[in-house]
Amino acid sequence: MIARRPMLIAALSGALSLMLGGAALAGETKVAVAANFTDAAREIAARFKARTGHDATLSFGSSGQFYTQIANGAPFEVFLSADVERPRKAEAEGLAVPGSRFTYATGRLVLYSKTPGLVDGKGKVLTTGKFEKLSIADPKAAPYGQAAVETLTKLNLYDALKPKIVQGASITQAFQYVQTGAAELGFVALSQVVGEQGGSRWVVPASNHTPIEQQAVLLKTGQNSEAAKAFVTFLKSGEAKAIIKRYGYEVR
Amino acid sequence: MTEVLWLTGKLAGITTILLLVLATPLSWWLARGRSAARTPVTALVALPIVLPPTVLGFYLLIALGPKSPLMLLLQPFGIRTLAFTFEGLVIGSLIYSLPFAVQPLRNAFLAIGDEPLEAAATLGASRWASFWRVALPLSIPGYVAAAILVFAHTVGEFGVVMMLGGNIPGETTVLSTEIYRLVEGLEWGEAHRLSLILLVFAFAVLFTLLALEARSKILLRTRT
Repeated sequence: MIARRPMLIAALSGALSLMLGGAALAGETKVAVAANFTDAAREIAARFKARTGHDATLSFGSSGQFYTQIANGAPFEVFLSADVERPRKAEAEGLAVPGSRFTYATGRLVLYSKTPGLVDGKGKVLTTGKFEKLSIADPKAAPYGQAAVETLTKLNLYDALKPKIVQGASITQAFQYVQTGAAELGFVALSQVVGEQGGSRWVVPASNHTPIEQQAVLLKTGQNSEAAKAFVTFLKSGEAKAIIKRYGYEVR
Repeated sequence: MTEVLWLTGKLAGITTILLLVLATPLSWWLARGRSAARTPVTALVALPIVLPPTVLGFYLLIALGPKSPLMLLLQPFGIRTLAFTFEGLVIGSLIYSLPFAVQPLRNAFLAIGDEPLEAAATLGASRWASFWRVALPLSIPGYVAAAILVFAHTVGEFGVVMMLGGNIPGETTVLSTEIYRLVEGLEWGEAHRLSLILLVFAFAVLFTLLALEARSKILLRTRT
C-alpha cells in the first residue's frame, strides 16, 4: 500500500527526522520488569521521561521467564527482578555489569480476600479453615510464594492447609485466582491490593518470612547505553523511592 | 515425574474416549444434516483453534468457579467449584480438543456417501442399525485419526491448564505446565528431560498419522 506513495514516505521520513533531530540526546532503553512491579514501574518511567527525556520501554512478565530470555540473548538492558537470586545469577553468569546489582524495593506479603470481613486483621481466618481454596504463587518461581509458605510454616498451619492450597504460576496469577473468586483468599503482594477498595486483608508482619527483596541489575547489553544507566540511577533517586513506597513496598 | 506423566496420559485418555462418543452425533449431523444452522455450528466448533488457550482457560476459570451460575446448579450435589480439579481439566480439554475430533469424523462420514446407507435402508435396516453396521465400520480410519489427534492435542495443552489448574500435584499438574514451572524455577536439566519425552512423543504421533493417511487416504486437511 504505502510503497506506491513515494510522496507520503518522503513526508513521513522528513517529519521523523525533524522529531528525532529535536531530541538528539534522548535515548531509549528496554527494561524487563517483574509483573508485581507493573504499576510502580509505569509511573517511574513517566517521571523518568519528564526528568531526562529518555524513553524507558517496559516489558512485564515473570522474573523466571525474563531470566531465561536474557540468558538467551533478549535485548533488555535493565532487569528489575522480583527476587535476589536471578539478578545474582545474571551477574555470576556474566550477563550483567558487575557491581550494578542493588535492592530497589522490598515487598510486603498480604493475605487478601474479595469478601469483606473474611480475613481479619490478625490472619486468624487461617486457623478456622472456613474456606475451600487458598491461592499462593509457585514458591519455586516467586519469592512471594516462598514467603507465603514460610509464613504458613511459622504459624504451624502449612501441613493442615496444604490440601486447600492452589498455586498460580506467578504472583499475578495467584492474585487473579482471588479476584475471580476461584479461591476465596490468597497470599498476594501488598502492591497488588494497595489500590483495591473493599475486600478484607491482613498485612503479614515482615518477621514471618525472609524479606522479599527485589533486585535490579544493569545488563551487559546496556553498559554503553546512556538511557539504561540513567534509568538505573533514577531508580535510586528520592523521587523514585517515594513512588515505590506509595505502591506498597518498603525502600531503604 | 512418573506422576506427571501418568496424570497427563489419564487426562488425554479420558478426553479422547469422551470426545469420540460426544463428537459422533455432532459430526454426523454436520456431515449429513440439511439444517442451515450447520455453518454457524461449524464455526463454533472451530473456535478453540483460533482462540488463544489462555482466553479459553480464563473463561473456564470464571465459568467453573464458585461464583458462576453454572456451579450453582451443581451445588445440590455438593460441588462448589470445578476450578483446580481434574474434572475441570477434563471439561476444559473437551472444549479445547473438540475440533480435532469433529474434523476427521465429519470427513469420514462425508466420504461414505449416500449409496451404502441407501442400500442398507433398502434391505430394511433401521437408521440406527445402518449406522452401527455400515457407517461405523466404514469410518474406522476417521475414528483412529480423531483419537490420535485428540490425544496428542490434549497432551500438548498448556494455556487452559495454566489458567484453570492451580498446579496441584496428582490433580492438575500435567507435563506442559510442569515443563513451564521447571524452566521458571531455573531447573533446566529436568525441563530438558521432560521436553525430550514430549518431543519424541509428538514425532511418533505425527509419523503414525502420516503412515495411516498413506494407507487409508484419510483427508486430514482442514476443510471449511
